[in-house]
Amino acid sequence: MTQGKAALRWAGRVCGWVLTLAATFTGLLAVTFFIGRKVPIDPVLAVLGDHASASAYAAVRAQMGLDQPLPVQFVLYVRDVLHGNLGTSLLTSNPVRDDILRVFPATLELATLATLIGILVGVPLGVVAATRHNRAIDHVARFVGLIGSSMPVFWLGLMGLLLFYAKLHWVAGPGRIDPAYDGMVDTRTGSLLIDAVLAGDWDVFRNAMAHILLPACILGYYSVAYLSRMTRAFMLEQLSQEYIVTARVKGVSERGVVWRHAFGNIAVPLLTIVALAYSNLLEGSVLTEIVFSWPGIGSYLTGALMNADMSAVLGSTLTIGALFILINLATDMLYRVFDPRVRA
Amino acid sequence: MKLAFGAALLRSTTLACALATTLVAFQPAQAGTPKDMLVMATMLDEFSTLDPGEVYELMPEEYVANTYDRLVRVDLADPSHFKGDVAQSWTVSTNGLTYTFKLRPGLKFHSGNPLTADDVAWSIQRCVLLDKGAAAVLQGIGLTTANVKDNVRKIDDETVSITTDHVYSPTFVLNVLGAWPASVVDRKLLEQHQQNNDFGNAWLRTHEAGSGIFKLVKWTANDSLILQRDDAHADPALLKRIVLKHVPETAGQRLLIENGDADIARNLGDNDIDALAKSGKAKSMAVPQATVLYLGLNVKNPDLAKPEVQQAIKWLIDYQGIQDHIAKHTYKVHQTFLPEGFLGAIDDNPYHPDVAKAKALLAKAGLPNGFKVTMDVRNGYPFSDIAQAIQANLAQAGIQVELIPGDNKQTLAKYRARKHDIYIGEWSADYIDPHSNAQGFAWNPDNSDNSPYKMLAWRNGWNIPQLTKETDAALAEPSAQRRAQLYEIMQKQMLANSPFVIMFQRVSEVTMRPGVSGIEVGPINDLVSYRHLTKK
Repeated sequence: MTQGKAALRWAGRVCGWVLTLAATFTGLLAVTFFIGRKVPIDPVLAVLGDHASASAYAAVRAQMGLDQPLPVQFVLYVRDVLHGNLGTSLLTSNPVRDDILRVFPATLELATLATLIGILVGVPLGVVAATRHNRAIDHVARFVGLIGSSMPVFWLGLMGLLLFYAKLHWVAGPGRIDPAYDGMVDTRTGSLLIDAVLAGDWDVFRNAMAHILLPACILGYYSVAYLSRMTRAFMLEQLSQEYIVTARVKGVSERGVVWRHAFGNIAVPLLTIVALAYSNLLEGSVLTEIVFSWPGIGSYLTGALMNADMSAVLGSTLTIGALFILINLATDMLYRVFDPRVRA
Repeated sequence: MKLAFGAALLRSTTLACALATTLVAFQPAQAGTPKDMLVMATMLDEFSTLDPGEVYELMPEEYVANTYDRLVRVDLADPSHFKGDVAQSWTVSTNGLTYTFKLRPGLKFHSGNPLTADDVAWSIQRCVLLDKGAAAVLQGIGLTTANVKDNVRKIDDETVSITTDHVYSPTFVLNVLGAWPASVVDRKLLEQHQQNNDFGNAWLRTHEAGSGIFKLVKWTANDSLILQRDDAHADPALLKRIVLKHVPETAGQRLLIENGDADIARNLGDNDIDALAKSGKAKSMAVPQATVLYLGLNVKNPDLAKPEVQQAIKWLIDYQGIQDHIAKHTYKVHQTFLPEGFLGAIDDNPYHPDVAKAKALLAKAGLPNGFKVTMDVRNGYPFSDIAQAIQANLAQAGIQVELIPGDNKQTLAKYRARKHDIYIGEWSADYIDPHSNAQGFAWNPDNSDNSPYKMLAWRNGWNIPQLTKETDAALAEPSAQRRAQLYEIMQKQMLANSPFVIMFQRVSEVTMRPGVSGIEVGPINDLVSYRHLTKK
């Protein structure tokens, strides 16, 4: 009986997720599609250029389906998407799906490394700042947070290149890998670091690492700033609660108070913040990708937007939207692990 | 207690420090580029296809020029002469309509397939029948989807004949046949990859089927393009491998050059060029390009239709000031429609800022206090900067210009629909024959809204039956000398009276590290050759 109820509850939850997912996707698809079709940019010019004849123009317009009424275009697009066909990019002549499979791992690799840096540095910094409230380390943490939130990533990236690449020669320059190593390992996962390890090619690994470190650190710095600020705020709130005083009165060690009691209680909101920071890095690192010539989804989407390549824009937006939804879903599930109230 | 916490903190910090240490530990595995490989930092965002029958942008034309052969190529030293590429010799029939080309024997494609007259004829037919942007070039000699199979024919395995619809100047016909749309593609290979009678277009968009000095190794859109020397070529290139690397930021290109990670940079800004020249880390070569930057004044606007207003605008712009302060290395003042280096080009730049003269002209036009007008400006350098400077220049005589910024294709779509007042833009020649620009600026056979010809004169509503006749006459003129004279006359007429304010000619700056030499850069990217490129 109890098992049956639990199964029903799970089935309800899964149905809810699926419905939310479907509604979000449909909304995303419709909004992106109609905005894309209404912008006053002529995608035919992107294909033919300025010198083409009127007959060539009309033929390509018909070939792209732009002579059809808008609702018909939308229905045809949805049908293709449901068949896994995101269309062909005007800019690369490749299927959009193939392009995304190529560029997305580059962004994923960069954003994941940056988020790791953010968590490893930002969270302890926030905790220390809160436990040493208004002392030197707290001021340092706040300063780091302030600079991180106010400094343009574009400028910081260029300065980073100038110092660590051009002057100190600690890291490699723009791009994912030196041309001499390009294509030396087979693409299996799309992540150069992982593919190099799988191939056992340590020269390629070292070169790829030398290229990714600086952009990852620059993006990671923004994560550090954001995560340390939020962790500090959450911790300050928790450390002023009565249960913390009680714990101290009961003789719990300071380490236990901070990490088990206070930090344990901020883990859930922190999870949301980390998920948000990760999602933002996955779609919001356009400028970093441009400065570092990083062939990721941010620069792919920007290029597509600038050239009215609507299939690529729609495909990328759907991918990023799907990612947001999946990360939110994963966070919801992790809530159940960390928060006993949700489990109940 | 604090000690225990401190230990935990220490662990985290150690981890972070370890991460930072890797920054130092993973130093670049290699400094500089390998000896037999040349890395060129450039912008590859124009590449949307690799098919010569579809390509129309500048950098892709350069790629085609180095991976495919064609019948003839223009001689950069003397644009009125041509060198055979796959053609050994050619003749023109007595009626001036049929060109017969004899091919060199023993030519081969990169695939190993023999290159025959059948491939040459099929390639030209294919481009016209595909009817993409590139076909417009071949349509210039009267090749249409209806007649191309009859007019471009294989005579035998080593002979091809091409018949034009009218008598054209031979230099014009050879310029058209020497342009990238006439590149010879491997018919046998493309037919293996044909889908739905597309002439292998879908496959060729991302592959290569040529016989040029380099073959394509790998193209990663918006990232890199790798070319490998074809060792079997009759006249092979000097360098083994060339990598074109997409570096969208000019500052990034400069850093790569300074650090030796790129050998050539193609898109440096004025400051970067000056700084590199001063440090001695690189040298630059400036080559005027067949691209002019101009204002199009739409004569559908009654104010802009007045010749005095058109003249006044020309007398208000500070051409030299704009070049010095906005486009020092990348543009040069040029006021006629034929760029420097073209047959018949003249070096007349009569206009300079003269506010008093401009005000007098406006008063004569009945607009002593100026008027209001809009200007469509595409985003980005140099258009926004130049448009703002022009806005300030014209304000001196009371002409109030409202700038309407937009994406390139957005402003272009408005321009092609004749819905603009003033448009600032560029016109690039497809081949270095004067007709490419004369057709753009001085040819409008049908000024109706439904005209099939939407060249620049039409876009600005400029009805010019007489000038159109002159353009056609110059196109048919067989004597190069007489032809040059005809274009000179037309340019002078248009300098005095036209709704085009031609201001600048683009200059290509190729920045090279010491030891790099041999790149041949022509006025169009289709005439850039990597054949003699080498580095020490």
